Amino acid sequence: MDSIFLQILNGLDKGAAYALIALGLTLVFGTLGVVNFAHGALFMLGAFCAVSLQSILTISKKVRDESITFFEAYKETPYLELWWGDTGTMIIDWAVPLSILMAIPLMLLIGLIMERGLIRHFYSRPHADQILVTFGLAIVLQELIKYYFGANPIPTPPPDIVAGSAAVGAWLGLGDNVVYPWWRLIYFLFSMLIIAAVFAFLHLTTFGMVVRAGMHDRETVGLLGINVEKRFTIVFGIAAVVAGLAGVMYAPILPPDYHMGMDFLVLSFVVVVVGGMGSLGGAVAAGFLLGILQSVASMNEVKSLLPGIDQIIIYLVAVVILLVRPRGLMGRKGVAED
Amino acid sequence: MTDQKNKPGVSRRGFIKTSGGIAAAAAMPAFFVRNAWAEESFINNPGNAKTVKLGFNVPQTGAYADEGADELRAYKLAVKHINGEGKDNGLLETMQPLSLKGNGILGKKVEYVTGDTQTKSDAARASAKRMIEKDGVVMFSGGSSSGVAIAQQSLAQDMGVVFMCGLTHSNDTTGKDKRRYGFRHFFNAYMSGAAMGPVLKERMGADRRAYHLTADYTWGWTQEESIKSTTEALGWETVEAVRTPLGAGDFSQYITPVLNSGADVLILNHYGKDMINSLTQAVQFGLRDKQVNGKTFEIVVPLYSRLMAQGAGENIAGILGSTNWNWSLQDAASRAFVKSFGAEYGFPPSQAAHTCYVQTLLYANACEMAGTFAPWEVIKSLEGFEFDGMGNGPTLYRADDHQCFKNILVVEGNANPSSQFDLLKVVQEVPREQVTYEPDNPMFAGGDLGPYKV
Repeated sequence: MDSIFLQILNGLDKGAAYALIALGLTLVFGTLGVVNFAHGALFMLGAFCAVSLQSILTISKKVRDESITFFEAYKETPYLELWWGDTGTMIIDWAVPLSILMAIPLMLLIGLIMERGLIRHFYSRPHADQILVTFGLAIVLQELIKYYFGANPIPTPPPDIVAGSAAVGAWLGLGDNVVYPWWRLIYFLFSMLIIAAVFAFLHLTTFGMVVRAGMHDRETVGLLGINVEKRFTIVFGIAAVVAGLAGVMYAPILPPDYHMGMDFLVLSFVVVVVGGMGSLGGAVAAGFLLGILQSVASMNEVKSLLPGIDQIIIYLVAVVILLVRPRGLMGRKGVAED
Repeated sequence: MTDQKNKPGVSRRGFIKTSGGIAAAAAMPAFFVRNAWAEESFINNPGNAKTVKLGFNVPQTGAYADEGADELRAYKLAVKHINGEGKDNGLLETMQPLSLKGNGILGKKVEYVTGDTQTKSDAARASAKRMIEKDGVVMFSGGSSSGVAIAQQSLAQDMGVVFMCGLTHSNDTTGKDKRRYGFRHFFNAYMSGAAMGPVLKERMGADRRAYHLTADYTWGWTQEESIKSTTEALGWETVEAVRTPLGAGDFSQYITPVLNSGADVLILNHYGKDMINSLTQAVQFGLRDKQVNGKTFEIVVPLYSRLMAQGAGENIAGILGSTNWNWSLQDAASRAFVKSFGAEYGFPPSQAAHTCYVQTLLYANACEMAGTFAPWEVIKSLEGFEFDGMGNGPTLYRADDHQCFKNILVVEGNANPSSQFDLLKVVQEVPREQVTYEPDNPMFAGGDLGPYKV
């Protein structure tokens, strides 16, 4: 029982990451009709916002280690600590949450530049062209990151106060062994907040209403004198921010490296396809469904019955769902069927 | 009657004797020149060329790109030293016995080509094949994955070109997949277990319950087997050994079962990015703060590297593991190498760089000893070669399996590093005798080196 509970928590946590990435992916597809293979790279860039801010905050005074003579080795003390003592230490400790403030404008800007500078030129081109150009863009972005930050993962710890585990079992009357990392719980709540904000934005604002109308019938909305293009550009920027925030908050869970976007990209596409191309609710539901299934399939009891099931479960489910519901869980008729 | 004996000219017997004598005289020098018969045809024979080419096949892209870059630095430094073009002579100053003269190999200046394995067997083989067929290398080398090393070693045997393994730690490389044309200086999983056993017992006692998370490929399997064998001999119980897919990223679904398993030690048979991720996440799950069976929960990482330690950050503090070599060693050879590498690049070499540098020198030295580039003669020179002054104490390249036997290190993550490079603290320099095993050890069973000439 405890094991199943923990795996469901794992699934929710994984699902939260899948859902956040897939949400932006499907939003871009639903509005602009673009299959954006650079979306994973946006997730990675978000994580590197956290790395960058951490690097900036830990710019250090270097004191040479005189015992090393063959090369220059330093003991580093961040200036923030030297200047502000405990306050400086606390600011460094909170680098990841603080980088959200940096990531929002930066990712919005990156998204707008990507859309205006490159992707808009491919709206009328076949999906294959869009895939090639966005995939190429993803490779360029990740190689740039590799050039500046190296190929090795970079440790990006959460604040000390939430670095350990929460006694979830004690809260719920389960065993003492049922503990779960605070940061993963925060990640889940954060993703819920972002998903709710995106839905609220699309459903409770005039801007969102126009976007949704444009997703249904772009031509008619245009005939009403509304500049749908401009709004869709902003939607692309919002999708970049969502992916970026997902990356920022994921940095303490998975020390960022230049390839992390690619690792998530394939899974996110499976999530979008299972959820239904262009369906926001579908992406979220499929994200959580696949996250939970993947976690449960990794249990030793399940693997002893079906060896290797943990590695294929997501693709197996995708095959079954596409056979039973070719448009995905919540796919709409007419979307991605031309 | 005519007297035939007095007849001028050459008799048949005389002709045979004379020509036999001339032939013997003509061949005479060859009988006394070492390996005179070796100069029969072999692939990429440099012949009378003034240069000879080596191939360095390392991961330049992918998860091990940083390690590959460090290996490449070491290879370039080795070439400089072999050619006598370095700022100093590196390990040529300390290596014993030494046949190299600092003028290339057999008087030929060494050149090199590089390739990218991408840490993928097929890409590594394609790159190595290009080096052999297009660039004409007489030896190729590289590492960072046992799967990739084994694939290249097999290609080396097929094509008759020596492969000097870089970083590869699976028992299989010099076990069931050993090849006559493949040589490994790096240590292996068995040695990690043999070295760590006494330290584990001293630090954690003889009554422990271990849970393994193992990367699901040749290296992970053999490391799990080796460490299990060691810990079970100590009296530890193995609770569970779970295989995890390579590059899983998020290991939470494999870590949570550890919480309820009753285990009090987690052994991470992971390397590189997998190790960084699984260790970071295991610490976040509070495993290091846990008390189980009245004991503090411990994590062990049997194969460590400084580059991995960098990625795992503070999570490595106090965690035990093993390495082939570390830049902080104070013997003359290690200091000479660190000095040389540091002067060239401004930072210390990794263990991968060390093994790659040493392998290049060993190959070059073996050619000098053999007096030829003919691979079967170079192989014979390396087989059973005893040497010293390379950073690991007296070392034997065992003929039976082409595995080097030497001192290795048990290390732990440094809780109070004195500099950005001071990440691993040497707990013990384990003597060669402790990690030596018989060639017929069951963990290395099967396989055959194969013929000298292919």
